[in-house]
Amino acid sequence: MRNALTRRAGFAGLAIASIVVLAGCGTGGGATPEGPTALTELGDGEGAVSILAWPGYVEDGSNYPEYDWVSGFEEETGCVVTAKTYGTSDEAVSLMKSGDYDVVAASGDASLRLMAAGDVQPVNTDLIPSYAGIYDFLKNQSHNTYNDQSYGVPHGYGANLLQYNTEVVSPAPTSWGAVFDANSPYAGKVTAYDSPIYIADAALYLMKTQPDLGIKNPYALDETQLAAAVDLLKVQRGLVGEYWSDYLAQAQSFTTGDTVIGTSWQVIVGMLKADNQPIEAILPEEGATGWSDTWMISSTAANVNCAYMWLEHMANPETNALATGYFGEAPSSDAACEFRTDCADYHAGDAEYAAQIWYWTTPVAECLDGRTDVQCTDYAAWTQAWTEIKG
Amino acid sequence: MTTVSPSVPDRVGASPVRDSPARRGSAFLYRHAKVRLALLLSAPLFWLGLVYIAALVALLITAFWTVDSFTGKIIIEWNLANITKVLGDALYHTVTLRTLGTALVVTVIDLAIAIPFAFFMAKVASRRAQRILVVAILMPLWASYLVKAYAWRSILAQGGILDWLFAPIGQTSPGYGLEGAVITLAYLWLPFVILPIYTALERVPDSLLEASADLGGKTGRTFRHVILPLITPGIIAGSIFSFSLTLGDYIAVKIVGGATQMLGSLVYANVGVANNLPLAAAISLIPLAIIFVYLAVVRRTGALENL
Repeated sequence: MRNALTRRAGFAGLAIASIVVLAGCGTGGGATPEGPTALTELGDGEGAVSILAWPGYVEDGSNYPEYDWVSGFEEETGCVVTAKTYGTSDEAVSLMKSGDYDVVAASGDASLRLMAAGDVQPVNTDLIPSYAGIYDFLKNQSHNTYNDQSYGVPHGYGANLLQYNTEVVSPAPTSWGAVFDANSPYAGKVTAYDSPIYIADAALYLMKTQPDLGIKNPYALDETQLAAAVDLLKVQRGLVGEYWSDYLAQAQSFTTGDTVIGTSWQVIVGMLKADNQPIEAILPEEGATGWSDTWMISSTAANVNCAYMWLEHMANPETNALATGYFGEAPSSDAACEFRTDCADYHAGDAEYAAQIWYWTTPVAECLDGRTDVQCTDYAAWTQAWTEIKG
Repeated sequence: MTTVSPSVPDRVGASPVRDSPARRGSAFLYRHAKVRLALLLSAPLFWLGLVYIAALVALLITAFWTVDSFTGKIIIEWNLANITKVLGDALYHTVTLRTLGTALVVTVIDLAIAIPFAFFMAKVASRRAQRILVVAILMPLWASYLVKAYAWRSILAQGGILDWLFAPIGQTSPGYGLEGAVITLAYLWLPFVILPIYTALERVPDSLLEASADLGGKTGRTFRHVILPLITPGIIAGSIFSFSLTLGDYIAVKIVGGATQMLGSLVYANVGVANNLPLAAAISLIPLAIIFVYLAVVRRTGALENL
């Protein structure tokens, strides 16, 4: 009796399992509807908007009372903001696939993938009055425009900096060589950003120091060039104490002295300096990788009107100045600079300087530097290489 | 039992619920024991099937698919690419060995601490001290896993408590890395190892120890030939906890492990960062296989029957 019963239960379990699996097949195989279309007319707000953004992009004053650009928006539009932050662009791409977010602030290495996968919808920039004032060199770039359709509103841009502890690191570094030198006196106390996109930092260093490799764009690497970057990063692996993706953990490591030199963002530098830590950050002589971010709207957004209102709110010079100033990056318009005093430090509006920063871009097989005689390595190859480097 | 029939009228008189569907239903169930049992078991069995079997089957199947590297969408095309990659690539061999080694070291450390500790609790400590010790062991379980891992992040940090403790003997904290991860994991799973061993020891009658002593058995001999065979099931149960929990951990490793990669970190990196669910599924089959082998070995020793 007992055996018969368990056998029957087993069959039931299998039946349930196969149903679940079949259901999974159904959703996995579903095709996307052909190209989503942009909104033509703005309606009333839905009363809520959920936002996925980098830390420091959606501040409601709970961290610093003077940095609050959410409360005003909520009062003005009636759209209640819920925000979630992410640590790497890859995390943003996989979170956007959940369809739980209306708006995302995406860097170039995420935005292209989001557009290609149909996870975000085209944006009708005529519905966003402040769009007109935004720098022309930020508009219609490969990371925010796809198939000649604009997919979002530029937010701000900045560079990945070399941060170091002034009490330990001497002489002060001037080059990224400080984090790639096999004989570094700071072995075990070096940090690097934990994402495959960090390979571009090594490629940038090689581009300047080993011209023989012929790297013209750190995001367009053929097999040999990628192998050279991977070798350099494997040397660096011996120096790295920990890789960071959580910016608070990175700041803590610099505070305790477990890390003394490595990649950083202006927002971390500002935070540590405000805490009176002996920290300095530079833009090394090789230049740097960086980001140029875009506010985008999910293709499955439940609150499209509120999403458009948020995009307008963030393009508004006053809000944009506050938000980009808080994060430590250049704003998106000249008008925003009237609300900031440090625009010169960030070379805001200086198209030539902006061209020197290598903005995060998703590497693809078709070489971004225009070469047609070779295939470049794509992001999957970079991801694979990254786990190999970490070992 | 057959003399009692639910349809027999109540002695008190006609009750209004006598012929209700509920009453008839309960009467039916009362008479049909098999149906009763089936209904009782179907809910938990359904749950078990859904959670364990379906999840495992889904995992197995995903491993045979691939993902579009650019858009991150899953392509349902049957192939063995992920499995061969996981089996053939040197990276996965290194990480598997590292994870396995860590799990074994953590288990050995936990057992080395837990056995004497549990023995003291069960056989030496006074009733009062015993109760205090049980509370002391259970107390850390009230705090979140994350809180404890982050606490160890401060303890292991430069200028942290470990640095201060080791300073007199000229040593420093191991810092963030594999050693840090081993220490933290050993701490995290210790209560799960102590408790089953303590329970097993409590069931060993003191008279057996006295008998062994009366027959001339010294401490070591008594331990090896009397206590150890009796508490082996407890030891095995504890080791299953520390071993399997370490095998799958990636959060504590991320927090205190520095740049160390474990199998769990690779699964996490492929799900959360690379968005390559099929490869993650293929990787997660490794710890699954290891645990099956471990359980098979344990079963062979016969310890599971005494659990």
